Formats: sequence, structure tokens, C-alpha cells
Amino acid sequence: MANKKKKLMQGNMACVEGAIYSGMQFFAGYPITPSTEIAEGCSRELPKIGGRFIQMEDEIGSIAAVIGASIAGMKSFTATSGPGYSLMQENLGYAFITETPLVVINVQRGGPSTGLPTKVSQSDTMQARWGPHGDYAAIAVAPSTVQECHTETVRAFNLSERFRTPVTILLDEVIGHSRGVISLPEKGELEVYNRVKPTASPEEVLPFEMTPNLVSPMAGYGEGYRFHVTGLTHDVHGFSTNRSDEIFPKLDKLHNKILNYRDEISKLRIENMDDAEVAFISYGSVSRAALQATAIAREAGVKVGCIQLYTIWPFPEKELRQICANCSKVIVGELNMGQIIHEIERVLPGDIEIHAKQRYDGEIMTPMQLLEKLEEVL
Amino acid sequence: MGYKFIDRIKVPEDRFELRLSGSGGQGMIFAAVVLGEAIGLAEGKNVVQSQSYGPEARGGASKADVVISANEIFYPKAMKLDMLLAMTQEALDSYLKDLKEDGVLIVDTSLVTDIPVDNYYGLDFTHLAKNEVGHIMVANVVALGAISCFTGIVGKEVLTNAVLKRAPRGTEDKNRKAIDVGFEEASKLKK
Amino acid sequence: MATVTKQKSDVVLDYLRPGKKFPSVWCPGCGNGIVMGALIRAIDKLGWDRDNIAMVSGIGCSSRLPIYLDVHTLHSTHGRALPFATGIKFAKPGMKVIVVTGDGDALAIGGNHFIHACRRNIDITAILINNNIYGMTGGQGSPTTPAEKISTTTPFGNVEKQFDPCQLAIGAGASYVARTTVYHTPHMEKMLLAALEHKGFSLVEAVSNCHTYFGRLNRQGDAVAMLNLFKENSVMKGKASKMTDEELKGKWVLGTLHEHEATEFCDEYQKLVDAQMSKRG
Repeated sequence: MANKKKKLMQGNMACVEGAIYSGMQFFAGYPITPSTEIAEGCSRELPKIGGRFIQMEDEIGSIAAVIGASIAGMKSFTATSGPGYSLMQENLGYAFITETPLVVINVQRGGPSTGLPTKVSQSDTMQARWGPHGDYAAIAVAPSTVQECHTETVRAFNLSERFRTPVTILLDEVIGHSRGVISLPEKGELEVYNRVKPTASPEEVLPFEMTPNLVSPMAGYGEGYRFHVTGLTHDVHGFSTNRSDEIFPKLDKLHNKILNYRDEISKLRIENMDDAEVAFISYGSVSRAALQATAIAREAGVKVGCIQLYTIWPFPEKELRQICANCSKVIVGELNMGQIIHEIERVLPGDIEIHAKQRYDGEIMTPMQLLEKLEEVL
Repeated sequence: MGYKFIDRIKVPEDRFELRLSGSGGQGMIFAAVVLGEAIGLAEGKNVVQSQSYGPEARGGASKADVVISANEIFYPKAMKLDMLLAMTQEALDSYLKDLKEDGVLIVDTSLVTDIPVDNYYGLDFTHLAKNEVGHIMVANVVALGAISCFTGIVGKEVLTNAVLKRAPRGTEDKNRKAIDVGFEEASKLKK
Repeated sequence: MATVTKQKSDVVLDYLRPGKKFPSVWCPGCGNGIVMGALIRAIDKLGWDRDNIAMVSGIGCSSRLPIYLDVHTLHSTHGRALPFATGIKFAKPGMKVIVVTGDGDALAIGGNHFIHACRRNIDITAILINNNIYGMTGGQGSPTTPAEKISTTTPFGNVEKQFDPCQLAIGAGASYVARTTVYHTPHMEKMLLAALEHKGFSLVEAVSNCHTYFGRLNRQGDAVAMLNLFKENSVMKGKASKMTDEELKGKWVLGTLHEHEATEFCDEYQKLVDAQMSKRG
């Protein structure tokens, strides 16, 4: 497109643009490196479009306010990093059980605890799946460029609205802070999905009814449908229950409303895999190094390919099995001591060798490190 | 088994990688963002600008990379520098090893005294900013003018527009002057 | 406003949620029911559209209160009612937002949110039902358990100091603060009415009885005996102002303890939005 608005911006700010593109109107957050630019961006941009920004007293309050605003009918999100993401987990669990759409951006940094605030990491990969206690299915997506920060934020909002569930966007310090040229899409260019609202009369509507796709239409507060929301395990009316015949369906609903649609949620980038004997598998900033390493190794005549995961959770197992069917080896690159590799070991057949290249010193994975690993396993 | 290929790999030729390095407060990140905007928006190339930094807002080592390519940029950081600007001795000591053999080295000779190579451009950016422009704070912009002249990766006019877009109101004349001074002083040295 | 004069009991029944199962989770004689009745009557007097009311609570006995009412209700996580309510109010400033909380919920786990909601002066009314103990988990000590009193976690007497919720709220910037007890029901209704009508953050501390745990462990008798204690040991603010500290020891001072005019958070933010939007045309 010739007249497209091009800008040089940070990944963090591209997330803000993506959220606004999605119709987000509410941000509550607490400053934390390396995510703070998202809060700052929202504080600047939201008043200009009639939206709302609030800096809360901590991350617990931030996610609580976001849930409240979403239940009041606004598309809402927050952004944080490791320690703040840990603080949010209890209320994220509340969002899962109350089926409240919202987006949380976690710009990952080194941990545990205060760890490496200004350094890159991917060590919250498993937390994005298993953070809150209890049983539920989770969705997490991961961009790797500034442009993708925009598109994946839009996708995250769409998934959260469509499945009535919180969605985590896993950034990392490199993706959040690097600047790149972005073409801001025009209105209508990307799909924007809005939550389904009830149409029947208030007397007939069950706020947590079992629908064919397991997603209950959701009214906002003040829209004529008075309903109850609780973190207690609840029945279709929203009232707490201890009955097996109501608990099973509720928890099955939390799982199946997402897992039944995993084909539509999965998203991967596949490069040079047609004749590849070895594949790099990674996400986020490691994928940038893996794509570079693939290009360099191909030049040198190595039959290597690259798989980048945009959807981390639910884990795209079927797709990976298909794509890797003709590989003999894979190299899993991660900025942690081994998290996503456990999923890959779980889903790939036993005759494929699985190798790990892990880095956890707060620095980005380099193409050279992956190339050396590649030579080692060939 | 045992297939060796690393001795045959080549640094990708479609990338131009530069690093601006100094200490926190010298405006290296600002300068890199301006370069990124000038090259990425006005010149229409792909650019990725990144930085590494410590917790301190002033002092401490500071570096900002810009990767430029006509093609999709995969790896966002520099792999082998085509150009290095070192505004402090510490920066030069840390990053000289990342410069390609035929890469362009530019140093601020007011602050860098021990330069272990012969092939480099030395300019007194800090003094030029203070004496010729009237403000030590624009040493980074003087350096940008010199980079434009030495490397040709960005035109002087495009660069000036990009600086003025980012610079605080009321500092336009100083910044324009800073680029001019940097460019002119560089042209006297350019081989 | 309702034009038909209803019997008091009818008003309460009218606001209860159709289809919600009774009896409630509360022990017979619990003060929470008295607070619920007074709150309903106050809301009814104001004639508020119940579709425009959001009632938010945390975790604990008091936090079960909203569940029974036919308004928008949100039973949130422990201590977090105020930030959930802040999200609702800020997203829909036209809504009337009421928080029901307890001494443990608001002052221990939720203490930070409590002082910040006061500071922000966001237009929310918080009703803090203070029974000096954790009832739902079986009688543990709370930040308001008096010195030397027995709970299941202070079996030899409480050695800790206490929060005075009203003084805490005043210090943190709340613009309306009142105290009442479950014995003084007409007074409670009056205080709730004033708090609900107040623009800005308002707190009503409702001193209440947990005879099941606090009363039993401290030999204060049944519900009726505890209500009598509230009656005998309460002093209205006017009278209290003429009493010495010594005379006021162990007494509850009731009434509007503090009121001041201050700009409200959502209003101020809206001004900022209007200014930014008009700048953009």
C-alpha cells in the first residue's frame, strides 16, 4: 500500500497501537521494566480517544481493575513483566473461571524474583500456561517483530473476545524495546472481533449457559442483564455450586471451549522446511536468530529449516508433528533452562532427535550460537 | 555425522550494521533512533534499532545498534559491525572487536585517547559541540553529521529533517548547526 | 422515587434475587443480614435504577452479601473488591458502585487497595462490616481484633495493635467517613444514605457481631447479648466531643466522623479526556 502510515516504533508501543486498533478502551497497570513504555503509551494515547488509563497501586489491583472494566463492557488490558505477572496470577485465575475477556502483556525479563530487570528472557513460558492454580486451558501468543507486536496484539484481543478468556502476549525485552518500521494498518484491514452479547430477554438469559461452542454470550454491567459473577465454581446461573453434575460441565467448558478450536488458534511460521533434515524450533526473539541462522546455513548448503511459534498455548502439537514428519533432528532454542522443549519432547515421535540450545544469562540468542549447535548435531 | 560447514559460512551481505556507543547521557540512543527514522522512513529501507543499557539513566556504558537492509531483517542486533562510533574510551575498548576488518571506526578524540588501530576517523565531537555550536549536549548530533559524511548511509538533508522532528522546540538552529559542523569537519578528513 | 408506600419487609423482599437459594450462608443472628436490610432500604429511598447499580465484594462472610441482591454483583478475590470496583466505576462512571467488605478483607489483605481508593477519592461507597474476627475461616484474629481478646490464632490473648478503619480512611483522604453498629439500624440507614449520596469515596464502618466465634471465644454471649454491648458502649459523635479520652475508652463513637469536599477521580479524568479530545478536534 502506497499511502500506508509508516512509523519507527518500539515493540511495546506497537502493542499499544494494536490494542487501540482492536477497540481497547481501558488500561490499568503498574510501572515495571521492561514493559513500562506500554503504560506510558496508554497514558498518552487513551485520553485522546476517550479511553481510560489508570495507574494502580500494584499489579494485583491492575488486573482486578481490568477485569472489572471488562465486565463493565470495555475491551481492557494490562502490561507487566515477571514479578508483576506473578502478582497477577490469582486474579488471572479469577478471569479464567469467570470467563472474562482481557489481554495481559508480559514483557519477559530474567528471573526468578527481581532477577535481571533490563535483560531478555523467555523463562515465563510455562507460567503463561500454568500460572494460576486450578484447571483451565490457556491461550498465549508471541510476536517477534515490531509489526508482529501489532498483529499479535490484535489477534490476542480477538481470541480473548471470541473465547471469553484471558490471553497472554509473551514479549521479551528485545522484542519490547527494539524499534522497527511498522506499517499501521487501515481500519478494516485486520479483523476485529467483538464479544457476542445476549439477544434474548433478561429473564431467559443464563449468564453462563452451555452453548454449542461453549462460549456464553456476555452482557456488560448496566445493559439490562443483571447477573452475578463469582470466583467460586459456579452453575449456569453464575451461583456457586458443590454439585458434581455442575462442577464437571463448568471445568470441561473452560477446557473445551478453547481446545475444541485449537486448529484456529494455532499459528506458526514455517521456513525452508520442505526438504529440511533439521529444524530450529523457537519463538520470540530466538526466532529472529533462528531465521538468520537458517538463511546463513542454507547458503552454506545445509538442509535446515525453521519453525517459529506464534501460538505458544494451546501448544500447536498436531501442526508440529506434521511439519517435522520428515526431519530427523530438531534444535529447540530458548532463553531459559528448558521449558517449551518439554512440550516438543511430548509431541514429537521418538525417532526424532531433540536437541536443546538454551541461554539464560540475560543476553539474546545469537545466530552463531545456533549455527554452532547445528554443526554439532549434524 | 560430523558434517562441518561453519568454516564456509558468510556474513550476510545485505545488512549494514552500525553501533553508536558511549556512556549514558551522551544521547547514543536518541542518535540511533534518529538514524533509524531517517533511514527507515525517508529512505524506505528496513531498519531495526536496539540498545542495551543498565539501570542507570546517566553514566554507565550505553550502546545502540542500527541494522539496515533492503530485505527482511531477521536478527535484530549487530553481528559484525560495518561502522562503530565510540564516544568514550570504555566504549572503544568494549566494541572494537565487533567491527569488521574493513569497517568504519569513528571516535571522539576529546574523550578517546588510546586507539589501537591506524585506520580510523578521529573528530573532537565534544569540543566541536561546545565551541562551534555552543552546547556540549549536541555532541551526538555533531557525530550524526559526521556519520552521514563518512558512510553515506543517510543524506544530510534527510538526517537534518529527522533530527528536527525529534528535537525539542527551540533547539532547531543549534541542531541544524551541529549537523553542518559534523558534516564539514568530516569532509575535511574523508579519504 | 417509588410512589407506593411499601411495608419495610416488602422492600427487602423486592430487592432479593429471584431464584437465589435461601437460607443464607450466615449464622442465625448474624449482623450481616441487618446491614443488608439497611442497605436495601437506603437504596430504595434513593430510588436508584437497580440496573445501574454494581455491588462488589471480596472474600469473607460480609462479602457474601451482594449475592442475594438483584443488582449487578461481583464476588471478587480476597481483599481486592476495591480495585475490581475501581475498574467498573472508571469504565462506567454513571454506575452506582458499592463495595461490601470486612475487617480482614479491607484492612489486612486489602489494606493497600483500601488506602489508595481513599486517596483517589473515586466515587465508590464502601461498607466495612467490622466483626473483629475472621468468621468464614473459623475465628482467626484480624487487624481490628482488640488487644487481649481471644481468637483461634490469638489463643492466649491478642498482643497486636489495631487499625481504626475510620481514622485510617480519614488519614488516607476519604471524603466521607461514618461509623454505625448493627444495633442502631435506623442510624445505620441514615449513615448509608448519606454515604451513598456523597460524591467521592465514602466509608461506612458497620460494627457487627460474630457471636459464633468472637462472642463465644470471648464470653460475650449470643447475638442479642452482643447487640446489647453495642448499645451500651456506643456514643454519638456530638456527645463524644464533650467526653474525655478516659471516658471514651472502649466506646464506639458513632455518626458522620468526617466529611470534606474534594474533586472526584472519574470527573477529573473526564476533564482531561475532554481537553485532549477537543485538541484533536
